[in-house]
Amino acid sequence: MKTIESIQGKTIPLNRADVDTDQIMPKQFLKRIERSGYGPFAFYEWRKEESFVLNDSNYTGAPIMLAQQNFGCGSSREHAVWGLEDIGVQAILAPSFADIFRNNCSKVGLLTIVLDQSDIDYLMSRAEELPDSQVRIDLSSQTVKLEGSDWQRSFEIDPFVKHRLLNGLDDIGITMQYEDEISNYESSRSSKKPDTSSAFEDTMKVG
Amino acid sequence: MDVKKTIIEKIWEQHIVRSHTGEPDLLYIDLHLVHEVTSPQAFEALRLADRPVRRPDLTLATVDHNVPTQGRDLPNPDPLSTKQIETMQKNAAEFGIPLWDIFDTRQGVVHIIAPEHGLTQPGMTIVCGDSHTSTHGAFGSLAFGIGTSEVEHVLATQTLPQVPPETMSVEVTGSLSPGVTSKDVILAIIRRMGVDGGVGRVIEYRGELIESLSMEARMTVCNMTIEAGARAGLIAPDEVTFEYLKGRSMAPEGEAWDAAVKDWSSLKTDNGAEFDHSIVLNGSEIEPHVTWGTTPAQSVPISGRVPGPEDFTTAAGKETAERALTYMDLESGQRIEDINIDRVFIGSCTNGRIEDLREAASVLKGKRISETVKAMVVPGSGPVKIQAEAEGLDSIFKDAGFEWRDPGCSMCLGMNPDILLPGERSASTSNRNFEGRQGAGGRTHLVSPTMAAAAAVAGHFVDIREI
Repeated sequence: MKTIESIQGKTIPLNRADVDTDQIMPKQFLKRIERSGYGPFAFYEWRKEESFVLNDSNYTGAPIMLAQQNFGCGSSREHAVWGLEDIGVQAILAPSFADIFRNNCSKVGLLTIVLDQSDIDYLMSRAEELPDSQVRIDLSSQTVKLEGSDWQRSFEIDPFVKHRLLNGLDDIGITMQYEDEISNYESSRSSKKPDTSSAFEDTMKVG
Repeated sequence: MDVKKTIIEKIWEQHIVRSHTGEPDLLYIDLHLVHEVTSPQAFEALRLADRPVRRPDLTLATVDHNVPTQGRDLPNPDPLSTKQIETMQKNAAEFGIPLWDIFDTRQGVVHIIAPEHGLTQPGMTIVCGDSHTSTHGAFGSLAFGIGTSEVEHVLATQTLPQVPPETMSVEVTGSLSPGVTSKDVILAIIRRMGVDGGVGRVIEYRGELIESLSMEARMTVCNMTIEAGARAGLIAPDEVTFEYLKGRSMAPEGEAWDAAVKDWSSLKTDNGAEFDHSIVLNGSEIEPHVTWGTTPAQSVPISGRVPGPEDFTTAAGKETAERALTYMDLESGQRIEDINIDRVFIGSCTNGRIEDLREAASVLKGKRISETVKAMVVPGSGPVKIQAEAEGLDSIFKDAGFEWRDPGCSMCLGMNPDILLPGERSASTSNRNFEGRQGAGGRTHLVSPTMAAAAAVAGHFVDIREI
């Protein structure tokens, strides 16, 4: 995973609440077995609306997305995050996020930041009125700043996620350091728990 | 004095491999369910890193999301779907994971097959690359959906770093009124909580009404937990749970059964344990529900009318309602019963089990669906299909004009050819009415199986209590 220190650039104002992952990445594109190349399919249906913000060339190449409450709700499909990543989004600012989506972002290295509703609304209107407005996010100091103004806010982030993003650490690599603990847990784990070894044979008996 | 704990905290603590201040807990995963859509990239990453699957014996795979539900003996016309299914077969073989493949009689929707073989048991941690994994919570297990990176993490380590959740009690008092099902109960809960009311939380569903439900009805409740934004939802195991599990092929037997029941019986929230949040609903007041908008929280009782922007107080609420009405092509104030439908879908991990099919069939017996409606039943699994056919339910559906299909997720998410055409309107027993969920431009109304069956006959929504 690449490291994140700071992100600076224009912001895309996606001013809709409860944006679900079916909108971010429609199901017909989940059949691909590849990990990359999802950008052209991000918001596939909404992009057919001429007025949709991603069709506005003012925001082309913006690395920061502004979103409304409960962004990324619904399906667990990580393809939604891969699509955003592929169109160049490196951070999303919103009043709240859905849990699985936020988790997925943290694994991929896409920064999600929660700000107060009034702050999001302010940044949203700035981005709509002045698309060239520049926002700078600094991860180590946990601040978001509107360049060329005094506007600055600090944000909370899970310290472990911060550590991973700053250092570009692979989650699995970290867990693998605890191999002994995992083995210890397994040796004391109840033998009464079910396993799937019998699933290889067809012993169908239900009900 | 002992600290009083909720069932959620008890299961959590039993699975902690490592706990360290400032870091998420590392949780052990008892069962990992895998399907064709969210796993290919995880297996590919393992291959690139030269990592094996740590516990193939705690892993089970199937194909459900994109499989065709008819003509399986013919070549699959969709090359991408074919490739994804073949990739699942190849990965399962290479990594030594059991796979209930497309021609296996046990194949079916991932959240239906594990419970019906007794593999889902109380007190377990269960994950799957699918947000409806909370279904398994009906057995008193902690079950949640994960993304593909986490699928890879569990395959490699059988663990997952997780931040402890907030706990929430959702108590439903009273009893089900005639014509009301567990689907209506969960729609009422989601309506009350909103689509993000559960973010960061794990719910325990409790109370008289919840306890009165069958296991299959409990699964319907837990299944839609994610639609209120919660991480997981569960119900404490009881006699109903044990009765359901007893004798199933992967459930314990003999002495092991007795020991298991003893363990499971202790999995309850202690008297006096405190939840971080709690709400109470009077279940006796819940009516059959129909969604009118594009989130599962946008529902009203069948006796109601479509709300309008004026019914919402915030600017965002008004805007969301307006957008939903435009997408759904509905007018504020319109009676729900006056909404005509084109398609009916009975199936999915929410309502694709045998009890669902029995209930729908009981409404359809001796009737014909409206000439303006196309309807299909997609059993949730091979065993559900076999059982339904043994009971003659397939004949009732077919005689009524329904198509009788093979098991899979089908029109719940429309990854296979079972989709709505643009502008088509469905009464669906599935779990999501998002824009385009069942097909680009399609309009979905979520209902219970009996309400879907009754709508199929009438060609529009009807109050099941008046039939």
